[in-house]
Amino acid sequence: MNARGSVFKYPDNVDTDVIIPARHLNTQDAKELASHCMEDIDKDFVNRVQPGDIMVGGWNFGCGSSREHAPLCIKTAGIAVVIAKSFARIFYRNSINIGLPIMECPEAVDAIEAGDTVQVDFDTGVITDETNGKVFHAEPFPPFIQNIISAGGLMKAIQK
Amino acid sequence: MGMTLTQKILAAHAGLPEVKAGQLIDAKLDIVLGNDITTPVAINEFERAGFDRVFDKEHIAIVLDHFVPNKDIKSATQSKQCREFANKYDILNFYDVGQMGIEHALLPEKGIVTAGDCVIGADSHTCTYGALGAFSTGVGSTDMAAGMATGMAWFKVPSAIKFVLTGKFNPRVSGKDLILHIIGMIGVDGALYKSMEFTGPGVAGLTMDDRLCICNMAIEAGAKNGIFPVDEVTKAYLAGRSQRPPVFYEADPDAVYEKTIEIDLGALEPTVSYPHLPENTHVASEGKDIKIDQVVIGSCTNGRLEDMEAAYNILKGKHIAKGVRGIIIPATMAVYKECILRGWTTAFIDAGCIVSTPTCGPCLGGYMGILAAGERCVSTTNRNFVGRMGHVDSEVYLASPATAAASALTGYITDPRTV
Repeated sequence: MNARGSVFKYPDNVDTDVIIPARHLNTQDAKELASHCMEDIDKDFVNRVQPGDIMVGGWNFGCGSSREHAPLCIKTAGIAVVIAKSFARIFYRNSINIGLPIMECPEAVDAIEAGDTVQVDFDTGVITDETNGKVFHAEPFPPFIQNIISAGGLMKAIQK
Repeated sequence: MGMTLTQKILAAHAGLPEVKAGQLIDAKLDIVLGNDITTPVAINEFERAGFDRVFDKEHIAIVLDHFVPNKDIKSATQSKQCREFANKYDILNFYDVGQMGIEHALLPEKGIVTAGDCVIGADSHTCTYGALGAFSTGVGSTDMAAGMATGMAWFKVPSAIKFVLTGKFNPRVSGKDLILHIIGMIGVDGALYKSMEFTGPGVAGLTMDDRLCICNMAIEAGAKNGIFPVDEVTKAYLAGRSQRPPVFYEADPDAVYEKTIEIDLGALEPTVSYPHLPENTHVASEGKDIKIDQVVIGSCTNGRLEDMEAAYNILKGKHIAKGVRGIIIPATMAVYKECILRGWTTAFIDAGCIVSTPTCGPCLGGYMGILAAGERCVSTTNRNFVGRMGHVDSEVYLASPATAAASALTGYITDPRTV
């Protein structure tokens, strides 16, 4: 499986309150949540994002609240994969559980610029920045987690 | 190789003689928790997957606390969904308006969580119960749904940072100042994926309310959990309270820690985290030129009885500064009632504050104290991210109840030892 799209880049410590502010948590509707995604740090995001685009963040991406609404609204907004230097642990779990692809790759984050066109191969972990021609290798998930992903998320995995 | 306290609890719940950092395990859960924001999403997942029974109605807790009494029609609809689910599955620990409290104050108070437990909660501050010598950690709604269905969760066994506490707090310095100091020292991802294990001779002098506050904010350093050893303070707190028999675990003497950090409690000063990260710590005395518009005293971090007492001791017989809104929110109905019985509520109102029934409300910018652009709030809550309490151009300064109360009196960030 592959993703190819243009990059939205954010700094270290992107928290779940800016991914989806709590004032919108009175709904579970994924489309409504997605319409507010990132609005407190990037008002233009929802207008510019195209299906298949890629989000890039620094260290500790998704810190703060446990709200699953955060990875859900990023996924529903059309983001195909989030690449970060590291993920906050609850966001990491939630992304795997709901099927939002994530990758940890500090070198790629340093080299990729906002607006670059990036291609990701989920099977090999290869990240290619087509704009600057650089290629990176993300750490693959351990088999235990790959099983959850390949089952289609946690709920499907526990039904097996 | 020896195990940390967290590893001992996880090994026992995974049915294994030993676990190692980095190992992936399936563990049995003693309590699965959710609130009015996260439970609806979990219910949808639970039902979509076709489950028609919960693993154990006595080991699930659903607490309506974030937006109750409901702030609008949408939040009322979410509460209704939780209520109907709790009725349908006869969930024993379901807490609605009138009985509820902020979940992480309520569960220890009611004895729903106890020493030795393995707990997940669809709320990041579930790490609070480490104060009781339990392993507890925040997860998302899908983990909650799977936990309700199976009574199990997967974990990556964490490594640990050991905090050796020595000495004792000076007057008007509390657990909040310690945990803010630690986050300032190690950063908001300083304990990412790890346990924060608190130990040392200084632990004995920490009250249970201090310990609950300290473990509550472990997540603010990125930690999987925070945990205290069980001692006489723990046993006295659990006595007559635990709904299930507690189990006392101890770290092995040869347990391995990633690093050890020693902290002299006597050297700590009232501490404030400036916007927009909990790691931006300063001593309170540095903030005397920072003018504020609002003070919030409450939350799962600092809404317990000792927190109310710290505020009362500073506010009694005085009046908050002109132009400051004072909002005091006891975290549970029991704390609320006790404030009334002790005359503290009257003192707060006479000081110019409002006193609300329990709610998470303002902490996460829900309601009951939203900030406008340019406004500043000193708050005893746990996060000061951009827009956390309202407008993206508002500012939250995290502090202890004593510092918050002192700041309310002067209208500026104030060291509580100076009022």
